[in-house]
Amino acid sequence: MSGADVTTEVYAGTSDVKKIVGVLSGKGGVGKSTSVAVLAFNLAYKGFSVGVLDADLCGPSLSKMIGLKGNIHSCDQGWVPLSQSVGEGKISAISLSYLVDNQDQAVIWRGPKKTAMIKQFLQDVCWGKLDFLLIDTPPGTSDEHMTVMECVPNCSVILTTSPQAVAAADVLRQVTFCKTTGANILGIIETLSGFVCPTCSDCSLLFNKGGGQRLAEHCKLEFLGSVPIDPNLSKYLDSGTLGSNRDTCVSYQSYDAIVDKLLGIMGVKCLNISAEDGG
Amino acid sequence: MEEKTEIPSDAPASCPGPTSEKAGKLDGCAGCPNQKLCSSGEFKSDVSPAEVKKQLLGVKNKVLVLSGKGGVGKSTVTAEIARGLASLDFSVGVLDVDVCGPSLSRIMGVNGETVHKSSSGWSPVYTVDDIAVMSIDFLLGSEEDAVIWRGAKKNGMIKEFLCSVDWGELDYLVVDTPPGTSDEHLAIVSLFKQSKIDGAVLVTTPQEVALSDVRKEINFCKKLRIPIIGLVENMSSYTCTKCKTKSQIFPATSGGGAALAAAEKIPLICSLPLDPRVGCSGDNGLSILNEAPDADISEGYRTLADKIVEFCKPK
Repeated sequence: MSGADVTTEVYAGTSDVKKIVGVLSGKGGVGKSTSVAVLAFNLAYKGFSVGVLDADLCGPSLSKMIGLKGNIHSCDQGWVPLSQSVGEGKISAISLSYLVDNQDQAVIWRGPKKTAMIKQFLQDVCWGKLDFLLIDTPPGTSDEHMTVMECVPNCSVILTTSPQAVAAADVLRQVTFCKTTGANILGIIETLSGFVCPTCSDCSLLFNKGGGQRLAEHCKLEFLGSVPIDPNLSKYLDSGTLGSNRDTCVSYQSYDAIVDKLLGIMGVKCLNISAEDGG
Repeated sequence: MEEKTEIPSDAPASCPGPTSEKAGKLDGCAGCPNQKLCSSGEFKSDVSPAEVKKQLLGVKNKVLVLSGKGGVGKSTVTAEIARGLASLDFSVGVLDVDVCGPSLSRIMGVNGETVHKSSSGWSPVYTVDDIAVMSIDFLLGSEEDAVIWRGAKKNGMIKEFLCSVDWGELDYLVVDTPPGTSDEHLAIVSLFKQSKIDGAVLVTTPQEVALSDVRKEINFCKKLRIPIIGLVENMSSYTCTKCKTKSQIFPATSGGGAALAAAEKIPLICSLPLDPRVGCSGDNGLSILNEAPDADISEGYRTLADKIVEFCKPK
């Protein structure tokens, strides 16, 4: 898919974005980017306008996962994100991968340069009228996260973890970060929650169990739900074909209940509950 | 930044030299076109690589474990490399420079320990199999404490680790790193400038989303001339414990680690299966090499240790 649509809104920044949500985790590889991609499609198919901002500058996976490729261009007001219609909604995206020619080139940037780029993504991109802006972040509690929180003080946060204690321990530190910065934590998603063998249907806990639920209870946070391991999800994210294959993806469907919970917590009414027959 | 030791040609006669402690600060420096840069310390030699070299004189081989991608098993692989080398009777240390997400102490079974500083530096914590471990985890007050630091401060901590830990005599120091190619990685490479990095092990999982990040990390290593020992593909496949069906959890849509290794002309050292016992062992600080010595994954880790020994042998 290429970014053919050009947004007609021509002012920079996030002032017309209704809800900004960062997806964070102290731990790497626990489904931050995956969650952003799936949530974006899920919300768009429900009729919402969704922006995705990839703040993981060293490892920008999101553009591949949502299947939106190209080079961005600028207008008088700032950069114009790539955009595509999705069902009755739309997804707009900004990523460092849209600004570099060689995708294999390492981005060897220190903190200040990363900070400056993320500020530009938030302040110099013409996001226009959006229902949601989802921000993907790298693991950790460093320059990128501090910059997002400083630029967008009203940013809500979703935390992701896998069931392992090792992962939950890192995410516990992320909870402290969120509390320190005053971010509103919407809840915790547990990914990689079990694998169902396609032959005998035995459910195997490949990454231990219980970490997400225990963390939510310990920190008195909402447990948004758990997402099982699904090789199809990995396949579709690699090829950027998640949208058109979502009906064959068990993990994608697990996010339905998570999205409903999130909309409830954020007080957002679903625009069109029959929008799922699009695409 | 190049070192500038000579007196600039446009400097006054009283110039103390750009690398002097008094650079830019003497009365005679007023009006000199170099004064601003000199007084900022721009040209002062960074003594840290020399200090690190001194502190690591007793360490024979230094191995980095890297990946552009998070969650591929760097810390787990670091721990099992250390244990594999220790089982071959080498003396081993591990250093966790993932300052924001220090997992290694838990995986090594020493989380909650405290470290002590003496005149010879910080003493590492020793595991039951005598592996020396150092992590910022030991310096944090509680498991809920977050390290909310920008890059410069993280660099300072890594410098402190490398300059102030009393490692003693070690055959191998294995360094666990966070994902990415940023401050921590640059700090390590810069600090190891005078004491060489003997090799790097790169870790990936099979899916293209991971490979594309690891490709960047390989380019980082090549750009900074870090010798690459090889690639480990982790979580290659899962064999159902009940019916023995093999499933590709993270399908290798673009050829997986084998294709990446071939394209980048680096060895694929081993492919490690996804064994559910690893997750439990890691959480409990136990080694899969001890818990399931006959498992395929343990065989893979032994191959990895052997490969590192072979690579690091004096040529």
